[in-house]
Amino acid sequence: MTDTALAAMPALAESPPALTTTASLTQKTRRRRALAYIQAAPMALVFLLFFVVPLGLTVIVSFWAYNEYEIIPAFTVQNYVDVFEGCLNTTDACTTVRTYLSTLKFCVLTWVFTLLIGFTVAYFVAFHVRSRTMQMALFLVCTIPFWTSNVIRMISWIPLLGRNGLVNDTLMGMGLIKSPIEGLLYSDFSVVLAFVHLNTVFMIVPIFNSMARIDRALIEAAYDAGASGWQTLWNVVVPLAKPGIAIGSIFVVTLVMGDFVTVGVMGGQQIASVGKVIQVQMSALQLPAAAANAVVLLGAVMLMIVAMTRLIDLRKEL
Amino acid sequence: MSDRPRSLAFYALAAFFALFVAFLYGPTLTILVLSFQGPQGGLTFPMNGVSTHWFGKLWAGLGIVDIWGALWRSLRLGLVVMGLTVGIAFFAGLAFRKRFRGEGALFTVAVASLIVPSIVVSLGIGLEFRLLDEAVKWAATETGWGWLQEHGTLMGLYTSALGAHLTWTLPFGLLIMFAVFNRFDPAYEEAARDLGATGPQTLRHVVIPILGPSLVGVALFGFTLSFDELARTSQAIGGRNTLPLELQGLTTTVTTPEIYALGTLTTGMSLAVIGLALGTSLYLQRRKARAGLRLG
Repeated sequence: MTDTALAAMPALAESPPALTTTASLTQKTRRRRALAYIQAAPMALVFLLFFVVPLGLTVIVSFWAYNEYEIIPAFTVQNYVDVFEGCLNTTDACTTVRTYLSTLKFCVLTWVFTLLIGFTVAYFVAFHVRSRTMQMALFLVCTIPFWTSNVIRMISWIPLLGRNGLVNDTLMGMGLIKSPIEGLLYSDFSVVLAFVHLNTVFMIVPIFNSMARIDRALIEAAYDAGASGWQTLWNVVVPLAKPGIAIGSIFVVTLVMGDFVTVGVMGGQQIASVGKVIQVQMSALQLPAAAANAVVLLGAVMLMIVAMTRLIDLRKEL
Repeated sequence: MSDRPRSLAFYALAAFFALFVAFLYGPTLTILVLSFQGPQGGLTFPMNGVSTHWFGKLWAGLGIVDIWGALWRSLRLGLVVMGLTVGIAFFAGLAFRKRFRGEGALFTVAVASLIVPSIVVSLGIGLEFRLLDEAVKWAATETGWGWLQEHGTLMGLYTSALGAHLTWTLPFGLLIMFAVFNRFDPAYEEAARDLGATGPQTLRHVVIPILGPSLVGVALFGFTLSFDELARTSQAIGGRNTLPLELQGLTTTVTTPEIYALGTLTTGMSLAVIGLALGTSLYLQRRKARAGLRLG
């Protein structure tokens, strides 16, 4: 505001009284700046101590050697060689590649289901629920489970999916199957089911947020111009909801890629995942090996995020 | 659009939404019911009578696992994380409204902290504290100072675990503060300043009362996310576990409805906290609206 006032009155700005005002203003601004640093300092300190430094140390330690008793600060690339051991062999996929493929499979399946479900739910609440209060209430209904324990929400599938669980009992009672289906619990199926159950909220919230900002007049205009419901959805709503879709996708992909809890509990501790490899090496005190795996995982996740953001920007340009 | 009759699509989507809610809440309701299983009952239906037998067993303790100690630790840590999240995120939100050098970097780091896989963050913090311990041990042998000799580990509930939780709750807190300050009208502050209020007075009597309901929201995220946090805590806790870590261990060892009773209990606590937060937020909003009416 002061800038525009000064620009509008160049003659006045050059006179001595105006100069003193500017001087005291800059002093004020400087004090405001200093205050901003103090206010941001605690957060910066927390992230420095518990995020930036730890990540830096992880990269450094991933190049250190180790034996059964201790880690040795001597430079080596052995940890990375170990991660990719046997990967040059083309006939048989190595352990790392197989683990990543398995995790990637969970990732893609979870992404597809959470996106479809999350988009539909958000679309319903944002465009078909008419009162603002009702929208907020339904939005809350979708988010409340997010604030409760994930492990408990995983365990709660046991009475449904177990060998003598509700699903098998019901199907047998209806005479659809003769013997219980074995693979409902502790299988790829239950892992993906739990991932979708736990992570759909990460799609709903950002997509709903994007949809809530869409100008309703655009929908009216599409309708008046003779677009069908599907055409409006595909050509108006989906493009405008893309930022939300992107944010939700990044959340879901990173959560699944680094997971070891859901795969552990829902897979009966029998299914491999990248996060689990790191956890096992950590508890075996093979810290440099775990660090090298963590760096590779971080790289893979970053590549996926870059690819996703590229994909979205690319479409915007087309 | 709102004056048109409900279309077929509305009913189809409403049915889908209802199914989704059933999918979301159904399993939790199942274990809620099964936690009241009779003494002879098992992990699945049918119900073998109705009793509070398993709650009683839970109260007596789960064998060697110190479940009440873990619950107590998680509660205390959750409260500390909640307080710090509200305070730190609020002031960082204020800072971002002014311009400062490095704001882009701080925002990037906050978002990165949210999306870097938890196991990587946890491993990093675990490594950091192990190296710190090594450094202290080295210093102890080098200097021979008595007070350094007894050193165990710096890792613990209020050091490494607290830090790990803050890397998860602070980004949420900051993002909420951004959304809140975007809708905040600076005219209120200017009016306070014009009336001669100092900076702290403006905060205390104008900004905080107006933002109150949203700050309660940040507190809710701070507490619940910490209370249920597992992945980031796993490598950064040291010897004594939090409740979610114990729970994860129990999934493989406990084969009685005791674990459902524990689930009902913790879910009940979470719901109580959510209810309390939403109630407080609503109350503050109402009070604000009333005060606004009186002034108007």
